[in-house]
Amino acid sequence: MQYMTDRKRVEGLGSAHTGTHHFWTMTVTSVALLVLLPFFLAIVGPLLGASHDEVVASLGRPLPALIVAAFLVVGMHHFRLGVTTLIEDYVGGLSRKIWIIAMTIVSYGLAAAGIVALAQIAL
Amino acid sequence: MVELALPKNSRIKTGKTWPKPEGATNLRKFQVYRWNPDDGENPRVDTYWVDMDTCGPMVLDALIKIKNEIDPTLTFRRSCREGICGSCAMNIDGINTLACIYGMDEIKGDVKIYPLPHMPVVKDLIPDLTHFYAQHASIMPWLETKTQRPEHEWRQSIEDRKKLDGLYECVMCASCSTSCPSYWWNGDRYLGPAALLHAYRWIIDSRDEATGERLDDLEDPFKLYRCHTIMNCAKTCPKGLNPAKAIAEIKKMMVERQL
Repeated sequence: MQYMTDRKRVEGLGSAHTGTHHFWTMTVTSVALLVLLPFFLAIVGPLLGASHDEVVASLGRPLPALIVAAFLVVGMHHFRLGVTTLIEDYVGGLSRKIWIIAMTIVSYGLAAAGIVALAQIAL
Repeated sequence: MVELALPKNSRIKTGKTWPKPEGATNLRKFQVYRWNPDDGENPRVDTYWVDMDTCGPMVLDALIKIKNEIDPTLTFRRSCREGICGSCAMNIDGINTLACIYGMDEIKGDVKIYPLPHMPVVKDLIPDLTHFYAQHASIMPWLETKTQRPEHEWRQSIEDRKKLDGLYECVMCASCSTSCPSYWWNGDRYLGPAALLHAYRWIIDSRDEATGERLDDLEDPFKLYRCHTIMNCAKTCPKGLNPAKAIAEIKKMMVERQL
């Protein structure tokens, strides 16, 4: 029980003066993914069930490698922003901060792993 | 923060079944949430039978009839009985709405009545809206000006006045905010659809001179950006307003002033 006025509770620590950058970046990456997704599917879709040599040959070409790399980077950045919102929605306190750090590591870790794998194939 | 189960002292039990009125042939069953802070008991759902031949058409008519003729302890807010005051907002048949303008012919089967969801209950169908009202006050729901007050009224064109349509009609019944999952989980920091609709009403008022300050105050991951366009607010609003659209317009203005 804390003796606070109702207005004091609502005001809290005041406005963070942030959030729009997150919102706009989500919008921009959504549009980018909308453009990249059909190309990504056209490249990766036919490779499902293909042999190792076929996959290496396909992703070894510059344009497919570029599109897959762009999809990985933009996709994982979008994922990080989305999952941060999700965590903010459902988790509170110290757990919120730990989850956000963990998912940031996972997001950029996955993107980095993908880029390294792609570089080994394409270069 | 999200809570998936009700606390032990909030779990709802089966309550009393009140006797059917004698001689009535056209009966309808009402299941109404009851909770009394003074008896230390858990909430319960009481069953009432209402003679529809001697009852008005709206849910509020039935509640008043129950209170007058069956159970005078049933507690609820009501005032204008025509959808203007917003007092009788409650959850009827799973929808947050105003009991006074919600016809019983719109409900199939038993009429189930609960208080507005996810709010502390004062008694029976009365939610505690203290925090909700404080949030409304925080958005400065009045005209803010810096120019010296004119000799007569602050003038506004017909076109600019039209921009307030669909916003000024809000009666602050809290149906929208209490239907919003984001408000359920983060209502302590998220302002909710009602307060944000009012905020937008003043942001786009051509006479208001505090647009920048208003947007500054709202630019926050929780105050504004907890809205995920779920649209429950627009679906449930008993006045047919669209708070989600107002919130989207605020977000557009936030981007507009940065790009």
